[in-house]
Amino acid sequence: MRARRVIPCLDIRGGRVVKGVKFRDLRDAGDPVERARAYDRDGADEVCLLDISASHEERRPLLDLVRRVADELTVPFTVGGGIRDLDEMRALLMAGADRVSLGTAALDDPGLLGRAAASFGSQFVIVSIDALRSGGRWEVTSHGGRRRRGREAVEWAREAERLGAGEILLNAMDADGTRSGYDIPLTRAVARSVRIPVIASGGAGTPADMARVLLEGEADAALAASIFHDGSVSIREAKRVLGAAGVLVRP
Amino acid sequence: MIGVVDYGAGNLRNVQAALARLGAPWRSVAAPDDLNGLAGLILPGVGQFGAAARRLREAGLDGALRGWIREDRPFLGICLGMQLLFESSEEERDSRGLGALEGRVTRLQAERLPHIGWAVVEPLREAAGSMFEMLPGDGFFAYFAHSFALPAPSPAAVAHTTCPPSFVSAVRSGRVWGTQFHPEKSGAEGQRILANFIAGAGAAREGAR
Repeated sequence: MRARRVIPCLDIRGGRVVKGVKFRDLRDAGDPVERARAYDRDGADEVCLLDISASHEERRPLLDLVRRVADELTVPFTVGGGIRDLDEMRALLMAGADRVSLGTAALDDPGLLGRAAASFGSQFVIVSIDALRSGGRWEVTSHGGRRRRGREAVEWAREAERLGAGEILLNAMDADGTRSGYDIPLTRAVARSVRIPVIASGGAGTPADMARVLLEGEADAALAASIFHDGSVSIREAKRVLGAAGVLVRP
Repeated sequence: MIGVVDYGAGNLRNVQAALARLGAPWRSVAAPDDLNGLAGLILPGVGQFGAAARRLREAGLDGALRGWIREDRPFLGICLGMQLLFESSEEERDSRGLGALEGRVTRLQAERLPHIGWAVVEPLREAAGSMFEMLPGDGFFAYFAHSFALPAPSPAAVAHTTCPPSFVSAVRSGRVWGTQFHPEKSGAEGQRILANFIAGAGAAREGAR
């Protein structure tokens, strides 16, 4: 049986880890390579690097960073944030990234998902969906949640799968940074609508939240940033709790 | 010296980084002449079976690799690199692999595809030679990222993994090895398998662990 995954996420800006609440009050939180390596040793199943650089200038150190992370990690890692075209994806692949996550670019040009899957295999292509509650449904947003796209999240997830995405990174914008738990109904609705794995993101406050989204939300993986960042929970401890809750995890 | 076949199928860097961490000297192989003087050969690979097989042919590497395997020299195919050892794949009609081992790769009939993440590799008996040396005999977790696999059973199988369904997660014929999982991305256990390969090829650097 495939184990469920625990994925720590690092926000990167200008080649450094940054911390903040909802992209505000960012402050330097160290060297990404050191953080990624520490997570690897602590039992992370995978690491996610999310580039939140605001300008081309700030993005420039990313490739070099990806190479250095690839040299150190013994587990896979995903790179996301601002990726627009196949050339960038190829450069990231060559630098050692195992997967890329596409958000805004896939919304602007859905065919990009299919071209990326044809070029690099669908296991390389994650579609990142930032979903905001809107009535009884969820609306897709882009640009870090600032722009509403007028699309329904479950429907976009289905289309992204059909187009070639190999995985869905589902971020509940309402829960993001609140530590009040993942959005279980959203996650379950998407997981039941597609046959590709779903990574749940947004809202992790405790390992018990992770257990809930993996069991009740039917997610394949739970992603979290701040609870691992600030050291309030170690990955090992999170996995111990998951194991005790009956979730199959890699020790 | 270990050769890492570079045929445009991406992500060589992770294999090379793992070899470097293990202290094994390596170099890229892009043409048949590059095979000279190598102790072992690794065929990595992500992407699509038919396209990868075509690229091997275009580089003139398919014949060279067949020769290498026929001589039973140390060889490790990873993920798509393992699949290419076989005759064909359902992923593309009429595509031909290296045909070094008998079998056809088929689409996994799993609940969710691609099969991405960690699953238990269950070694079969003694058949694996030194591949799983110093690893738990009752199984260990390894990292997978694929939608196609060699269906179980197969005469070449030395390990199975249950997705479900059950498929062949490692093969061996003499000194020719293949893993459907990514040892270079499978933590300490994966590094151990690479170290076993390097040791079998006699390619460990003097004094390296």
